[in-house]
Amino acid sequence: MRLHLTEEDAAFREEMREFFTTQVPQHIRDTVAARRELSKEQMVESMQVLNAAGLAVPGWPVEWGGKDWTPLQRHIWHEELQLANVPQPLAFNAGMIGPVIAAFGSQEMKERFLPKTANLDIWWSQGFSEPDAGSDLASLRCAAVRDGEEYVVNGQKTWTTLGQYGDWIFTLVRTNPEAEKKQAGISMLLIDMTDPGVTVRPIELIDGSVEVNEVFFEDVRVPAENLVGEENKGWTYAKFLLGNERVGVAPVGATKRMLAQAKEHADLDDVLVASRIAELENELMALELTALRVVAHSADGKPHPASSVLKLKGSELQQEVTELIVDLAGPMSLASGAGDGSDVPDWARVATPGYLNFRKASIYGGSNEVQRQIIAGTILGL
Amino acid sequence: MDFTLDDEQEALRDAVRGLLGKAYDSSETRREVTKQDPGFGEDTWQRLAEMGVLGLPFAESDGGMGAGPVEVSIVAEEVGRVLAPEPFIETVVLAGGIVAAAGTDEQRADVLGRVAEGSLILAAALKEIGEPVTASQSGDGWTLSGSKEPVLHGERADAFVVSAKTDAGTGLFLVEGDASGLTRTGYRTHDGGRAAHVAFDGTSATPLGDVSADQAGVLETAVASAQVAYCHEAVGAMTVALNTTVEYLKTRKQFGVPLKTFQALTFRAADMYVSMELVRSVASWATLVLTDEPTRALEAASRAKLQVSTSGRHIGQEAIQLHGGIGMTAEYSVGHYTSRLTAIDHWLGGGADHLKRLASSVGDHEVVEPLPE
Repeated sequence: MRLHLTEEDAAFREEMREFFTTQVPQHIRDTVAARRELSKEQMVESMQVLNAAGLAVPGWPVEWGGKDWTPLQRHIWHEELQLANVPQPLAFNAGMIGPVIAAFGSQEMKERFLPKTANLDIWWSQGFSEPDAGSDLASLRCAAVRDGEEYVVNGQKTWTTLGQYGDWIFTLVRTNPEAEKKQAGISMLLIDMTDPGVTVRPIELIDGSVEVNEVFFEDVRVPAENLVGEENKGWTYAKFLLGNERVGVAPVGATKRMLAQAKEHADLDDVLVASRIAELENELMALELTALRVVAHSADGKPHPASSVLKLKGSELQQEVTELIVDLAGPMSLASGAGDGSDVPDWARVATPGYLNFRKASIYGGSNEVQRQIIAGTILGL
Repeated sequence: MDFTLDDEQEALRDAVRGLLGKAYDSSETRREVTKQDPGFGEDTWQRLAEMGVLGLPFAESDGGMGAGPVEVSIVAEEVGRVLAPEPFIETVVLAGGIVAAAGTDEQRADVLGRVAEGSLILAAALKEIGEPVTASQSGDGWTLSGSKEPVLHGERADAFVVSAKTDAGTGLFLVEGDASGLTRTGYRTHDGGRAAHVAFDGTSATPLGDVSADQAGVLETAVASAQVAYCHEAVGAMTVALNTTVEYLKTRKQFGVPLKTFQALTFRAADMYVSMELVRSVASWATLVLTDEPTRALEAASRAKLQVSTSGRHIGQEAIQLHGGIGMTAEYSVGHYTSRLTAIDHWLGGGADHLKRLASSVGDHEVVEPLPE
């Protein structure tokens, strides 16, 4: 057992810190620090800066731009990126479909999509949830019927985050409605969102943001070559993808940064406030250390089952910090719509929308109830 | 940054697990042992001495094994798994740790040598309910007056390490068990342990090291090591409390089905697992801090003790609740784990005390970085 980073890892951390704080444009990092919404252009620019330095998709296989890093180095990369207020590489590209294509796609599919995916030349959207298939994802109904060299897709997806920017959408579709187990009749298709018959409709959220969308498919004709892997194996790929997603959703560094900012606005002589912050800091540290223990035991890129712990606790702490900020803002937190001529500082204006928005964290990526089910079933054998 | 044990450390764990697992093969065996005075197994204590466990953290020149906090944490965790009542942390880590930190060469070699060979039960008398114990110089010697309580294993102790008020601040003293003017009144603690009221009335005492200086800092650091060791004992106890509860949910049937059929119960077990993972992480980290970044020892001990308080209450309370009535009985194991966790929580600073310490310093840093810069 050893606390210190090796010299090599310490140098690695220094290198990451240096890069993130000097090479990623300040206006982008300021936007993240101020908890303002990033524009599409900022997201793309940021990911391209990272990709040019080979730092956008370190988790991918080396031949497709990944890094042969240790799990600890990948953790350091992730933490330093968040601490420097650098936007995380678009999850749909870097964390979800990229690794799936790299693992299960044909050589042709890899060549066609992976470089553009790493560089955010293609903005991917996620077509998983449906109005009647949320936590029970495998009951999805969006149908793809083979017709010669094409699939004809009909149905609806929902909760498609940032679908308004999407170029392509990786979509779970039912290809065999007769399958004995519902999981066995699902395939994954890559669909061009400019294809005729694809409609994206925004859903306004409780914080006033338009972050998620409904996506409708009406007789959309998708070339059969856009099938990922094999037909009716989509559930396997989806589970692989969700496992990866879970590791990424313990945003320790970002929550630490948010809490540090909250402290700047807090009266630390108020013992109730100070003790609440001290408790949050301790729990966050416990989470960070647990993440370090989990990454150290993730073999073959397969997520450790304890990654459900990270998702569960990570989202809870993220939410508790957003809640703290609203409390610190007090009555000023009502001024979310204030413009010029208001004395309410920016941090207090965004406090409540941020709090409301982050209620999502315990719902997406497999709700926290699903995570408890995984912990009870897979880890505890209950 | 590495949380894994090396081969030697694993061998130590297996050996201690073997020894204590045999001595306490069931909760009932432990209950029998703790019913009789001195509340622990003198023979088990001797076997621990033969294995080298009682001299583990002491320097080889003091008769010890020269091992570090990691090895201590391994033993403490095994103690916690079976709730072994032997005063490993009390005598070796806490009282022994104070002697190791404050004592002269001769004192260390003498006292720690005897602790290591199992012939000296040393108790730390640090807590007062009322006025502080005061030390006064009389001629060449020193005497102590006042009383300490609770002193864990104070009735059985062969000698005491005592903190007392001096002109310089806090002084540390060694008091022999047969010193005149020493009165002890022992009693049982709720977790099967032993404690005592120990009164000093002009009792002669030997200063540990340089008593002309304020030894509060030395004491604090030694206490921090013991706090972290207790955290590992708690981790061991929580591990078993959780495992026992999970097994119970699998085997106990009600309404014709195993309890694990009910999501209201399995979800709570899942939350216990989360608490378990968090506390294990922080305790291991704190041990590494003692080894590799001792300037943060007090902070690390507070962080670990706070997490032990939170996780220990959660796991201890839920372990009983998920068992139902059987968890309330003295015949069944799980309630004893909760009792022990409650004792650890309130010893050497409770969760609230450590939270207070951490809260007073939240303004000193921007973020908490567990890894050294």
